[in-house]
This record gives sequence, C-alpha cells and structure tokens, in this order.
Amino acid sequence: MIAYIIRRLLYAIPILIGVNVITFTLFFVVNSPDDMARVHLGVKRVTPEAIRKWKEERGYDKALLYNGAAAGAQAFTDTIFYEKSVKLFAFEFGRSDQGRDIGYDIGNRMWASLAIALPVFLLGLAAYLTFALLMAFFRATYVDFWGVVACVMMMSISGLFYIIGGQYLVGKLLNLVPISGYDGGANALKFLVLPVIIGVVSGIGASTRWYRTIFLEEISKDYVRTARAKGLSELRVLFRHVLANAMIPILTGVVVVIPLLFMGSLVTEAFFGIPGLGSYTIDAINSQDFAVVRAMVFLGSVLYIVGLIVTDISYTWVDPRVRFE
Amino acid sequence: MPSPVLRVVLIAAALAAGCSGAPWNDPYPHTEASRNILYTSFSERPKHLDPVQSYSENEYVLIANIYQPPLQYHYLKRPYALVPFAAAEMPRALLYDAKDRRLPDNADAKEVAYSDYVIRIRPGILYQPHPALAQDARGRYVYHDLKPGDLDGVHAVGDFKQAGTRELAAADYVHQIKRLAHPRLHSPVMQLMGEYIVGLKALAQELAEAEKAAARAGRRGGLLDLTRFELAGAQVVDRYTYRVRVRGKYPQFVYWLAMPFFAPVPPESDRFYAQPGMEERNISLDWFPVGTGPYMLTVNDPNRQMVLERNPHYKGEVYPAEGEPGDAEAGLLKDAGHPLPFIDKVMFALEKEQIPYWNKFLQGYYDASGIASDTFDQAVQFSGQGDVTLSEDMQARGIRLQTSVATTTFYLGFNMLDPVVGGTGERARKLRHAISIAIDQEEMISIFRNGRGIAAQGPIPPGIFGYREGKEGINPYVYDWADSAPRRKPVEAAKKLLAEAGYPNGRDAKTGEPLLVNLDTTGTGPDAKSRLDWYAKQFEKIGVQLAVRATDWNRFQDKLRKGNVQLYFLGWNADYPDPENFLFLLHGAQSKVRTAGENASNYENPEFDRLFERMKNMANGPERQALIDRMVEITRRDAPWVWSLFPMDYTLHHAWVKNRKPNTMANNGLKYQRIDPALRTRMRREWNQPVLWPVALGGALIVLSLVPAVVTFRRRERQTARVS
Repeated sequence: MIAYIIRRLLYAIPILIGVNVITFTLFFVVNSPDDMARVHLGVKRVTPEAIRKWKEERGYDKALLYNGAAAGAQAFTDTIFYEKSVKLFAFEFGRSDQGRDIGYDIGNRMWASLAIALPVFLLGLAAYLTFALLMAFFRATYVDFWGVVACVMMMSISGLFYIIGGQYLVGKLLNLVPISGYDGGANALKFLVLPVIIGVVSGIGASTRWYRTIFLEEISKDYVRTARAKGLSELRVLFRHVLANAMIPILTGVVVVIPLLFMGSLVTEAFFGIPGLGSYTIDAINSQDFAVVRAMVFLGSVLYIVGLIVTDISYTWVDPRVRFE
Repeated sequence: MPSPVLRVVLIAAALAAGCSGAPWNDPYPHTEASRNILYTSFSERPKHLDPVQSYSENEYVLIANIYQPPLQYHYLKRPYALVPFAAAEMPRALLYDAKDRRLPDNADAKEVAYSDYVIRIRPGILYQPHPALAQDARGRYVYHDLKPGDLDGVHAVGDFKQAGTRELAAADYVHQIKRLAHPRLHSPVMQLMGEYIVGLKALAQELAEAEKAAARAGRRGGLLDLTRFELAGAQVVDRYTYRVRVRGKYPQFVYWLAMPFFAPVPPESDRFYAQPGMEERNISLDWFPVGTGPYMLTVNDPNRQMVLERNPHYKGEVYPAEGEPGDAEAGLLKDAGHPLPFIDKVMFALEKEQIPYWNKFLQGYYDASGIASDTFDQAVQFSGQGDVTLSEDMQARGIRLQTSVATTTFYLGFNMLDPVVGGTGERARKLRHAISIAIDQEEMISIFRNGRGIAAQGPIPPGIFGYREGKEGINPYVYDWADSAPRRKPVEAAKKLLAEAGYPNGRDAKTGEPLLVNLDTTGTGPDAKSRLDWYAKQFEKIGVQLAVRATDWNRFQDKLRKGNVQLYFLGWNADYPDPENFLFLLHGAQSKVRTAGENASNYENPEFDRLFERMKNMANGPERQALIDRMVEITRRDAPWVWSLFPMDYTLHHAWVKNRKPNTMANNGLKYQRIDPALRTRMRREWNQPVLWPVALGGALIVLSLVPAVVTFRRRERQTARVS
C-alpha cells in the first residue's frame, strides 16, 4: 500500500504543476500586472510611476513564463511564474499582494470554515443516509412517493433561498438565533446553529435521492433476500448489510470532499459573515490578489488529490476484495 | 419528542440566552448589552490604514477617527467649513515672490512664487497608548531594540505588555509629510503634492537612492530613517509649530490639511514597525495605527470585526455650539459644550451582504443603516406632494430618516477624441446636445434610484461654491425654465438638433447608414441590464442605436487610457468642497489619453483651461463665481458629458442614536454621536422576543406525519413471509 501511495503522490506532482500553469495563465490572460497594481493602488490619482514601483516591489515587473533576455536556466527561473509558484510545492505561500502572510491567514481562517463544514458534513451524512434507508424501506409506498416528491422539490430550490429564507424565518421572525456573525470559542455555537441547519437541510433533496437510488439497487440483491429469509429484522438488514455493501459508491462521493471541508463555502460564509477560507478566496479574486488566489487554488488541488488517495484507501477498509497493485 | 434538528436549535438558543433574559438572537456578548457601544459594520477589509497610503472611504471611516490632522470640517455647518482640529487656529497663507519677499494676501497668482502655511498645534495633545512609545524608567524605548525571540507569541500590538504615550509635536507632522515621499509607501498623492510642496520630489529621489544603496549593501527593507533627511518645504519652527511651503498660490491646500495624508505620525512608530520579525507577523503601521485622535483601533480582525475604543488621552474638544439653520430645532445643539467623544467603543462587524445587515438593523443590532433599492419601499414612502417620509412600520419603531445630497457627480462621458461624438465642431456638439436631451435623467432617477438624486445641470454639485440654484442654474441647452422649475426640452428639439448635426431620423444624411454609438460599461447583472435597456430606449427616441459593450473594470480602464471608447459612465467623489476639485476633471492638462490624468473625456477647450488656471487660485467671491459661471457655460455648450445626477444619500438611524448628521466631507463624525444604551436594550428586548410556538407546531407535525410510517414499520416487522 505504501508503494501505491508513493506512486500516487508522484503522479500528483505533474498534476499540480499543470494546475499552477493553468491558474497562472488564466489569471494573467484576463489580468496584467498593471491591472493588479491599479486595483491595489486605488481608483484616484494612480500614476504610471506608482504602478511601475508597485510591480517592481512585488516582482511583477519580470517576464511571465519565459525571460528571453536572460541566459541559460535563468530564462525560466527569472520569471514571475518561477518566483511565485515553485515555492508553493514547499507550502510556502508567501505574502499576499497586500503584504499579509498568507500561511498565517489560512491557518487562522480555516477553523471558521471547518466549524461549519464539519458539522454540516457529519450531520448531513447521517441524516441523508437515514432518510434514504427509510425511503428504501418504504419503497413503493406513499412515504417513498412523497419523499421523492419532497426531495425533487428541495433540490430544485436555490441554495441562496435556503439561506435568505432561513435567516428570515429563524433569525428574524422567530428570533431564535443571530441572523449572522461569528465569535470565537464556545460563543461560536449560537452563530453556527443556523448555517449548519441550513447546510444540512439544503442538501437533503439531492443527497437523499442519490443514496436512495444506491440502496434500492442494493436492496434487490440476493444476499438481502437471504438475510430476510434467515429472519433478520428489516432494520438490521438495512443498516448492517445494505449500508455496508453500498459503501463503495457512498465513499466515492463522500471521502473525496473531506479534505476540502477546510476550503469553506463562498455563499454561506458571505451571508453569515463567517470569516472562513471561502470568503478569503472570493475576496482575493475580487481584489485581484493573485498571490492568495494562487495559494488557494494550489491548496484546493492538493486537498482534492489527497481526498482521491484517501478514497482509494478507504475502499480497502469497506471491501476486503479491493487490493492495491 | 422533538426532532434532533429542533433540539439543536432549542439548546443553542437556550445557551445563547443564558440566564440573562436577553434576546436569543443577540449577536453580541450579553455583557455588552447596556454598554456605551455603537454598532456598525464593514463589508470589505480595508486595504490600508497607513494615513500616507489610505485613500478610500471604507478606510477613512476608521482612520479619520484615529488620526488628528491639523484641520477638520465643522460637523454641523453647511456649506462645509474648515475649523482647527489639532491646530490652535486656522492657518493663513503667507505669500512670497520669487525673491522671497512677502506679498499681500490678495496678490495676483502670477506674482506668487511660494505660499507658506505656518501651523501651530495645541500643546498637551497626547498619543494613544502604544508599545512603540513605551519607555522604561531611564527614558529608553522598551520595544525599539527587539532581540530574536522577543516576538514569540506576538501577533498584534496588543500582545506587547507595555504601552506608552508622549506629547504630540510639530515634528510629527513634518515626519508624515516626508513619508509621502517614502519609496515603499506609494502614497497616491505623492505626484500631486510633489508639484506643490517645495522639495518633496527631490526628497523622493533622495530616498529612492538611499533605498537602492541599502539594497546594494544587502539591507533590503527595514527602517529608512526619514529623520536623517531634510525637506525644504516642511520645517519645524518650534516644538508646536511647523511651516509648509508650497509653490505658487494654492488655496485648496488647506483642504488637504484636513485629510489623513497630513496627520501626525511619530517617528518612533517607523522604528518600532521596521524591526525584524514585525512584517512577518503582519504587524505594521498599515495594520495598527498610532494616532492622537478620539479613538484607537484595539481590535483589527478584518475577518470578523474591527473595534475602535476611546483614546484615554484624548481631551480638549467639545461638541459645537453652532450649526446651520434648523439644527437647533432638530436637537443637534443640545450637547453643545460637552466633551467629546460620547461613545466609548465602536464595533465594526463584518457584514458582507445587505439582507442580513438590514434585518439586523430592524432588530436593533445595528444602530444606523443606509437604504438599499431592495428595501426602499419597506422603509420609505412618498406623500402626495412628493415629500419623502418613513413608512408606518419604520415610524412605529422610532426610526429616523436623514437625507443629504452627496458631493458626488455621476456622468455619461463622451470621448472628445472620437470622430463621431467627439470634437468641438458644431455637428458633434449638436449631436451631444441631442443625446443629452433625449436621456431623461429625471425618469432614470425615479425608476432606478427611487428618486434618490438630483438631475445635474453642470459639473458642480449643490453645497459646493459655484453651484447655482433656480433659473440661473439650469442648463439652457437641455432645459427650459417653466412654472418655476426646470423642464427638459421635448424630444422633438433633440431630433431637430440631430438633423442639424447631419443625422435626420438617426441616419447619416450622406450615407443613409443608421447612427450607432457604443457605450462601454462595467455594469453587468440583471440590475445593470435593465438600466442599460432603458438607456438604449432613450437613444431610440431619437432614432440612434446604442450598442452596449460590457467590459470588466481593468479593460474599461485600459480603453479609457487609450481613448478606445465613445461613451462611458463615470463619477467623482469630492476630495474637498471646492469647485476646482470638480472642474479639474475637464481641464485639458488632465487629459486621460495625453497625460494619464482624470479627464477621461479628453476634453480640451483653451478658454476653459485659461479660466481654470485663474479660478483655481482664487478665494471664493463674486469674481470667482463669475469665472465659474463662464466655465460652466462653456462646458454646457460643448457638452463633453451628459450631466447625469448628483446622488442623494438616505440614511436611517434608531431613536437611541443622537447627534447624527450626514457629512459627506468629514469621516470623523463618530465622536459627535451619542447613544442611549438603556433605550436600545429595552427596544431590543421588545423586538426580539423568541417565538417558539411555530417550532413546537412544526415538531408536532413532523411527529404526527411519522406515526403512520412507524405503524407500517411495526406491522411489517411482525408480518410473516408471504408467497407473492
């Protein structure tokens, strides 16, 4: 297994280089360093001299990918791409274009993202699997029919509606929790209740329907009939056997997102005033802070690759037939 | 038994409420409920808090309350008037000729080589407590010689155990003026001030050389000790007096003295923040200001909140005893003579979206709010006479409405270099007038701004010297005066002008091709789409086709710089309340294409430019008014802009907020405001009683709906196997 993991990690290197090149190219195709300087220097009284100095200080006055004026390897190393992107592989994120330490900011903000994403993930998974198993249990009855109708309705509603509607209903009309905001430590609880509930509820439709499909396929297999014939209770059949055998497709969708929980949610964080990494990324895009965008895209790619590797490993835990070769 | 979700809500709400009986939805700690704290918000992290770099409104909201420039705007008086802040009295410009001989105050601008502003500050002003100023018993600075390891565990200035203060000195103001030329700080006004302050450009070069020499010696970054450099145009006269020398006659310079660019910065802070390890910990003057103003920044966490707290050393300023007519009746003079500030703490909470902000304002968790278009009808209604009043719901809550015209202008510019819409020829001028008439600004203000604006008649907004009201203030090329009000000329007049311009019915008389004009805009999204559709219809009224070219901000700026636009939208917020700050937008020397200036229309009229050069150095008076009238007439005739609107700000505040008056020039208004925390606490409790019955009802419904399923489940479990 270790050899497999090492091999997968080695595969990740060209992928990350590719991601870096693509991010870099896309960012600089729509944006020149001059544009970035103007955004940072403000709207009023921005002089060409100030732009030149801004770029020079941050190393944006160099060639983008290839420096024709330099000799030898410096043609590649004396470029913005090399200077700004290579250190990422050592997880040195450097400083944002505003001068802030990106690593420090990420370390600070990821906990807020995690404070929402983790409960939403865990509670959501438990709720969706339970609902899906119930619907599978009541298949072809009114519970199943109206459950599917409800799921389709819920997945047709925009996530934004859940947020605005939830804030209005729970925070404004019922006055039960704060509409938005955040605090540290135990005080964070009252701010997390609403976004977590909304996060779970907004995912019920699509996830329950998806898991129901998996369970229905599984429930019609011979081993289930055998289990019932042996006299096992339906609950035991569903939660012990059907759930265990449906784990491969479930893990495929679930494990890969676990590392990405750190990255936060753009919309939820914006509406609830949660200072997480989602809002960090969107702020950086809006302010054209390439250093932060680059770091966040790189981090997202790394976490996604880690998620895929962990997914593969998790297959061996739930299905002994799976082997790494 | 309630559902798990319901239980989480109830438990969390109960935890939130504690035993205090406070509202469950209170986003603030309950211990703060009755404290003298003002609650407001910010939506975007400030880019700069260093007064030499900061130039945005969202930054000024903070630092204008922390720093203390020599002058400030009177809080209540209108038109806007400057008054001393740290200065002991208003400085007077002393004029000198090229041989340094004193000239009379009314000397002609051509004779004046230099103007000296001698500024005397009040003795006894102290800095906020700050570690940069902490000294030991022997008078040595405690934190100016940090060793490796001293910064372990330090992430903010509040993490230093000791803080000190010292008296403000004139040298601190001179130091800050030198900082304008600092090569690493990129002050946005360096180029402008370099033109005026004697020796500033040379200092910038000298500092840049010193910086390069330090880099060559392997000392990149670190302290660039400005005290080693002299600036001829800013000199300390004595401990409390300094002199600034500017080239020529520049009466607008006093307005700059009310901006943070000219606020004092102690050299100790430069030494403190330049130490190794500070930058790596994000500890800098740009993040942790050091001021003498009424407030100090005690929490700078732009991920969550920024907190201003009363500077314990601030004293000597009292609430003004004079205002404009109506202020006394509005209760704005009741606190006259009381020491400032009134409020102990101001909390700026991160609130990125308007909807939660508005709802929290209605709950009493924010003390004041603007009015977004989405909530306008909920907040405001128009009476039969067109007067603006609050809606009944708002009135029942005791909310107050204040309106003011911003010192801002919005316009639709023509690129005067464009062969079709530009140029000063009669044909193009008539085309621009036709378009100006066709675009019904009053309708636009009504539809898209809920009536919040005044149709512009020229470049100068109300409240600025030079603005004229009534019949003599209308733009005669677009309006007639009828029934004691300006009335837009009919579309037929526009069509006639268009025909005279060579485009009868919107077609080129020579080629027969329809006239197509391009509008470059950064507006996207549904709101912008409907507004742009409306503009296209305005052009259609005279048969002209409008092609909208949506573009991002960077490309838009690029097009403006290269002159690759025909029509464009822009606006301008006044730096200071002087007509020069608006008319310079049309000065030829500011041409965007030619000089990268602020004249995006690239308008050049020799007579206008000549008059501008005279007008800009004059004191307000009949002569200046006459020049401005002539200049405004020239621009109305040439029509480089479609004069669009001067926006009106509508703001709401709760009954517990006192002494609040809109002031679009000054950003240091927090110190004048007072709140009644007892009333706020009472109203918050009244408005935010938790409503539990729908939760219980919902829980009961869920339980009831599960009963048949449970029954079915149990029946199935007991059922024996069947042969199907």
